[in-house]
Amino acid sequence: MLLNASGCLDALAAPEVARAFDAFVTKTVTPLPREGNEPTRIAETDHGLLNSIGLQNPGRERFLAVVLPQLRGLGVPIWVSVGGFSADEYAETCSRLSDVTIELNLSCPNVDEAPEAAAEIVAACRAETPFPLYAKLSPSLPNMADAARAAQAAGADGLSLVNTIRGLALDEQTLRPRLARGAGGYSGPALKPIALAAVYACYRATGLPIVGMGGVSTGRDALELIAAGASAVAVGTALFGDPGVPNRVRADLYKAAAALGFEDPLAARGIAHAPDPPLVLSKVTTNKTPAYMAK
Amino acid sequence: MLSRGRHSVLANEPVGPYRLLRVERGRAEPGIPGQFFMLEAPGRVLPRPMSLCLAPPGELDFLFEPVGRGTRALAALEAGDELAILGPLGNGFRLDVDRPLLVGGGIGMAPLPYLSEKLGGPPAVLGFRTAHHAEAAALLPGSEVAVEPGLVTELLPAGHDVLACGPERMLQAVGALFPGAQLAWEAPMACGYGACYGCAVDLDGTYKRLCVEGPVLEAAACS
Repeated sequence: MLLNASGCLDALAAPEVARAFDAFVTKTVTPLPREGNEPTRIAETDHGLLNSIGLQNPGRERFLAVVLPQLRGLGVPIWVSVGGFSADEYAETCSRLSDVTIELNLSCPNVDEAPEAAAEIVAACRAETPFPLYAKLSPSLPNMADAARAAQAAGADGLSLVNTIRGLALDEQTLRPRLARGAGGYSGPALKPIALAAVYACYRATGLPIVGMGGVSTGRDALELIAAGASAVAVGTALFGDPGVPNRVRADLYKAAAALGFEDPLAARGIAHAPDPPLVLSKVTTNKTPAYMAK
Repeated sequence: MLSRGRHSVLANEPVGPYRLLRVERGRAEPGIPGQFFMLEAPGRVLPRPMSLCLAPPGELDFLFEPVGRGTRALAALEAGDELAILGPLGNGFRLDVDRPLLVGGGIGMAPLPYLSEKLGGPPAVLGFRTAHHAEAAALLPGSEVAVEPGLVTELLPAGHDVLACGPERMLQAVGALFPGAQLAWEAPMACGYGACYGCAVDLDGTYKRLCVEGPVLEAAACS
């Protein structure tokens, strides 16, 4: 299953791109409308993208009354990314959503965080909704496996891994921060090994369904996240450079999996945790005496 | 519907300190002057937004200034290289104007040659930092040129429908003189099609996406 990463696609501005995914994940919805952060909001680095958008969104009431009905018209399953500044705020939004999957954005690096721990927020939301609940965690948590276990114990049905990680870029000439707010959330190719490590640790710790994301721009990237334990994959930054990326990644994922003997990409799920394959001795073709033995 | 394809480079020519990147048009539409395209910048994570400068038959031509890593990568492209191009995107200039006057500042003159062609060659005023930069005025024959410390705003006759593109301070000055002017703005942009919210600009006190609302805006709408 292929999704967009939250905040990386406006389905109403580009419906054909949203329809190319198996589900559309909304930009994070907060209880009140948010103007977002002052520009400059984005800065490209050598290996990724820094953003400081600041959860710009129309707020819960307008989202529920205007945006969500329009999104339902797309004919794609909807995941709503829910944000807030306290557990109660998250929970109230959850209580008002139906027939969607809910992704709790517990990890935006560009706004102040709720004071409660992620697991407390998950528990508050679980009490308010029977719909599937995914906890989106930050890769900067000191112990991803513990955080994942806590989210699971609090009632999360799945995990979204990972959000961006905090980073900073300086201007070539002035040596001042390029983003108006200083630091921002780092995404793109540089995030992939970080995402892989998080998915790997949390799959082992919980066995929960996991949406893997971070630096996915090819089918091979998606296959690696699945091998680490993801049951679905999301594409974020790569969408900015190429709105055709969902179809390309999907096609390449099947090819990359087939090339390694997996009929279905999901057959590779968790394979990174299996013992190393046995050495195939027939592939050792040299019969020269190694130099160190010849002496 | 978004349109993205791979295009061959026909030539990449110096124009003063700028470059004119000429690519094979293929199936891409040139769009309305003032609309823009996202050009793949080889080796970079993000493409770069560029308005169309000229649209000769079979070509799309982009004028840009190599100032950063993306534009330097574009400047290094050679004939025969390929790059992906998405577009046209955004809202261009309204062409239903009675007495058009084109105003450009520096690399902001980029969309004006194509705009001039669509409007039948109206008068134009261009401003540049140096005489070297002003060599680009050759792309808009007949234009009046101001070189710093001269300013374009000193050369603008009254009673025209102004269509302008240039640095922010020039656009603000032009907008103050001509509240009905159409101004083409720029902002750092990751996607160009409304996905990233990176290109936010303050319009009437709220942040709007320049790629969706603009890049051409009525002067009166810009705070």
